[in-house]
This record gives sequence, C-alpha cells and structure tokens, in this order.
Amino acid sequence: MAQIVLPKVTIPASSSVTSTAPGNELIGIHNLSLFYGNARALKDISLSIRERLVTAFIGPSGCGKSTLLRCLNRMNDLIDGVRIEGGVHIGGHNINDPDVDVIELRKRVGMVFQKSNPFPKSIYDNVAYGLRLQGMKARSDLDAAVEVSLSAAALWDEVKDRLHGSALGLSGGQQQRLCIARAIAVKPEIILMDEPASALDPIATSRIEDLILELKKNFTIVIVTHNMQQAARVSDHTAFFYMGELVEFGATSKIFTSPGQKRTEDYVTGRFG
Amino acid sequence: MKASLDELSRPSRHFRTVRFDFVSFFFTGLTGLATFLILAILAVILANILFNGLPGLSWRFVSTIPKKDFFDPATTGVLPMIIGTTFRVLVMTLFVIPVGVTTAVYLTEYAPASALVTRIIRAAVNNLAGVPSIVFGLFGLGFFINFLGRNLDALLHNPGPVWGQPALIWASLTLAVMTLPVVIVATEESLKAIPPGLREASLALGATKLETILKIVLPQALPGILTGGILAVSRAAGEVAPILFTGVAYYMASLPHRLNDQFMDLGYHVFVLSTQSPDIEKTRSILFATVVVLLLLTFTLNFVAVLIRSRVRKKLRSLA
Repeated sequence: MAQIVLPKVTIPASSSVTSTAPGNELIGIHNLSLFYGNARALKDISLSIRERLVTAFIGPSGCGKSTLLRCLNRMNDLIDGVRIEGGVHIGGHNINDPDVDVIELRKRVGMVFQKSNPFPKSIYDNVAYGLRLQGMKARSDLDAAVEVSLSAAALWDEVKDRLHGSALGLSGGQQQRLCIARAIAVKPEIILMDEPASALDPIATSRIEDLILELKKNFTIVIVTHNMQQAARVSDHTAFFYMGELVEFGATSKIFTSPGQKRTEDYVTGRFG
Repeated sequence: MKASLDELSRPSRHFRTVRFDFVSFFFTGLTGLATFLILAILAVILANILFNGLPGLSWRFVSTIPKKDFFDPATTGVLPMIIGTTFRVLVMTLFVIPVGVTTAVYLTEYAPASALVTRIIRAAVNNLAGVPSIVFGLFGLGFFINFLGRNLDALLHNPGPVWGQPALIWASLTLAVMTLPVVIVATEESLKAIPPGLREASLALGATKLETILKIVLPQALPGILTGGILAVSRAAGEVAPILFTGVAYYMASLPHRLNDQFMDLGYHVFVLSTQSPDIEKTRSILFATVVVLLLLTFTLNFVAVLIRSRVRKKLRSLA
C-alpha cells in the first residue's frame, strides 16, 4: 500500500511563521452522497470547512450530521455496506482516493466521541497511546507531550498528581476532556467532535465549550450538536441538515438570526426537531 | 382524581388473602427438590469416593513408579499417571489457547458478520462441540498419527516409527481439537463484551486494526480467554476416549520425557484397574485412591488457572 500521500497542508499547530489567516478552505465536501445498502443517508452534500474556525452541524436526529462527520476521517469504513459517492478534499486531496493511507488520515483528523471512551488504562497511558503508536518511546518526550496535551485540554491541574491513576476514575466531564487531550496529543489539524457534551451536566458542558473556543486558535473544529445554544455559542459557521440533505450553510449569526430557509428557521426556533 | 385517591387510602382496603396458593407452593417445592437432588447425587458420589479412596492414599502411593504388575496395593503407585495427565493437559493448553483465541479474533474482528462463510464457520465450531469424544480419538489416530506422524517419519527418513505412533503430542493435539470450541466461544463472548467505543477511539487515533486488537481488545478479553482455558482444562483432564488410540499406554517402566513418548494416564488407569484386575476386592482401595488423585489433580489444575485469572482481573481493575 502506498505510504502517506496526503500532501502536507500548512496548518502548523502553534507556529506563527507559516500560519495563514483563519478562513481558508481546509475541507471541501463536493457532491457527497452516502448509501447504507440502498438507503441514501446523505444526499449530494457540498460545503466548505474553513481552517481554524468552528463549524457546527445541526439538525434533528437521523438527519445525517454524524454520518457526514464520520466521512471526514473515514470512520464509516468500519461499517459494512457503506458506499460513498462524491469527494471529501482535505488540503486539496480527495481522502476517498484508493491510495490514501487511512491511518495517516486519522492521525491528521482527530475525533472526540459522544460517549467519552477513555481506554481502561492510566490517564498518562491514555494520552500517550497515540504517541506510542507513532513510535515515541523516550520517557522525557512522552512526559512533555502528555503535559502539553492535558494542559491544552484544561485538565492538567486536576490530574497532574494522579497521572498514573485510572482514567475511569475521572468524572464524566474530565473523561471527555481526557479524550480531547488524547486526540490533540497526536497533533491533528482537524478535530471532529460528535456531540461531545451531550452526556454532560451544564457545568461540564460549559467547560468543554470554553475549551473549544480555546482550541480553535490552533485547530480546525467540526462539531455535531443537538444543542442549538451550543452551536450558537461556539461555532463560526453552521450547517443545518434535514433528512440527509444540507438545507442551509452559512455564518452562525446568520443561520440563527436571519435564516434563508423556512425549515432552518423552524428548527432553530424550536418549532420542530 | 381526588375521589379515587380517597378511595385508595380508605382503611377498609386490605390485601390479605386466606386462600392457600397451592400452584406456587408446588412449583417452588419442585424446583427446590430438583436442586436438592443434584446436590445429593454429588454428595453421594464424593462421599463414596473419599470413603473408599482415602485409606489407600499415601505419599508413597503418589510418588512411586509402579512395577509391571501394578495391582498390588502394597507396592503400586500413580506417579507416572499424575505426570502423564498433567503434561497432556498442559501441552493441550499450549495449542488450544493460541489457536482458539486467533479463531475467535478472526470471527469477531475480521470476518464479515453476516457472510455465509462466517455462519458456516460458526456452525462448524458449534457442531465440533457436539462430536462424541471417541470420534475425536479416531480422528487423532487417523489424522495426527497415520497422516501427520507417518509422513513426518518418511520426510525425516526415520528407520522406524518415531512420530507415526501414539504419543503425548498427538494425544494433546487431539484434546486440543476437542476443546477448541470451548475456548473459541468463551473468547468470542468476551470480545463481544468490549465496548465498540474503545475500538473506535483507538482507530480514530491512527491505530491499525492489528494494533487496536493487540493493545486494547485482547488485554481486556484476557479474563474471558482464561475462563475458556479453565473450561478446556476441566473437560480435558478427565477425558479418556480421545487419548485411547493416540498416546496412552497400559504400562511404561519410565516417565515420559519426550513429546513422542507414550504416557500413562489417571483416567485410563482407573479403567484398567477396574477391568483388568485379577482380584477386584484387593485392588478396590487403589482404584478409589486413583480416582481421588484424578479429582485432586483436576481441582488443582483448575485452581491454578482460576488463580491466574483472578490476578489478571485484579491487574486490569487496578488500571481500569
């Protein structure tokens, strides 16, 4: 199999030398359709996700927003009988091309899941997992990376004294921030978040939201959410999906204050969904 | 609404009945009786064995290699049988665990769940569990000894049969084939119990499927795998039929020390003592003593396996 063929995109995580202004297209979705067997779950979706901004996918359950999110790191590959038409371009390269190394893709497109899923290992080993996969062995390197990642996920102060304690001993909100730390440890460019706060209480949710606003300085974030206020609070762009179709996509302020479509307005004002 | 609430709290309501519920009583009694019957049978068997067997048991008995005529209670012993049974079970474990676990990993992690091939493999595994053990014995004779062993001899230009004869290795392999379904099913169950979210988390971090299985899935499944091993050991330790044609010897003057040696076996020795004895009354004590040794050995092997499993569980829990 061909090694990494994804071209390097100039999105250095924290360097300011080559960084461009936020807002250049990083992910281009072009006429994407997805089928489960014969059922079409996504219909001809085109949208553009811009770098170092937060893009929110909203819509009622079953509208395809999570499915679309999982197209961006090819997690749908794991499901039998899924067929995809159209393209997802990241940094100008179609990630569905047969020569794309999906392992390399997933290192660059991290993911945080709805249900926090820390490994039944220590906090330290959770964060170090992805780094060890990439061959990082030296204790000092790992120590440094773990601290940086946990700090970036606003978790370091809470866990620095029990790094080698079990990750499952953390609270739900801490576990989810650990999962974020684990994802950013491998230095992705993009972080996909699939309803990351839907299982958390309001305080833990607000910490995650603060974190998202902090992370977007360095990462491009795509978040699926059921929570309209959350989308309004954290995102720059919002895409509204209904029945597998993209109904409307635009600046979050516009979607929530003067949507162009009746269906969008009905949904964001709580008339259905 | 208010009226009905008042009604409910009216003091005249009472829920007591004077009728005796005969059906409930009858079925409760029946289930209890069935349970008691099982326990009673077990107790009678154990009491009988211990009562008849303990007098014949001594350190000399378990540490002596008997002479050709092993029917004399005063001089006989069962050391070669203890060694033989222990080794055939251990060697079996070395084969059945890796093969069973690999098969289970294939079935749960790799094979397409709904494909015809997968369903056929599953059905085959289940059917394997239902095959009578004597059939496994004949299979072992035909496949391992006559086919594998003899061809190995031909390949190595051995002057006489070295591998093409009953041996410890072939008996162990036959037992491994027999206990394979137990290990496969136990491992599959424990693999299925692992939350899919853990696999997804690993893959989303750029792990390959193999890395995910080795680093996340299998460590979590270890207690379940060991349960399969325990069940396999329990089943195999007392089995005689599969080793009848494949490795057990009526008598050997020395202990087995190579994989292609034949061996003596506790279960088979019980059969020999009870059918070949010239004086059944005289050998009764050593017959029962041999049964006690077989039971103790089975319990010990199980106990060691359970001990290992509980240590693994404790280790997982301290991390989890």
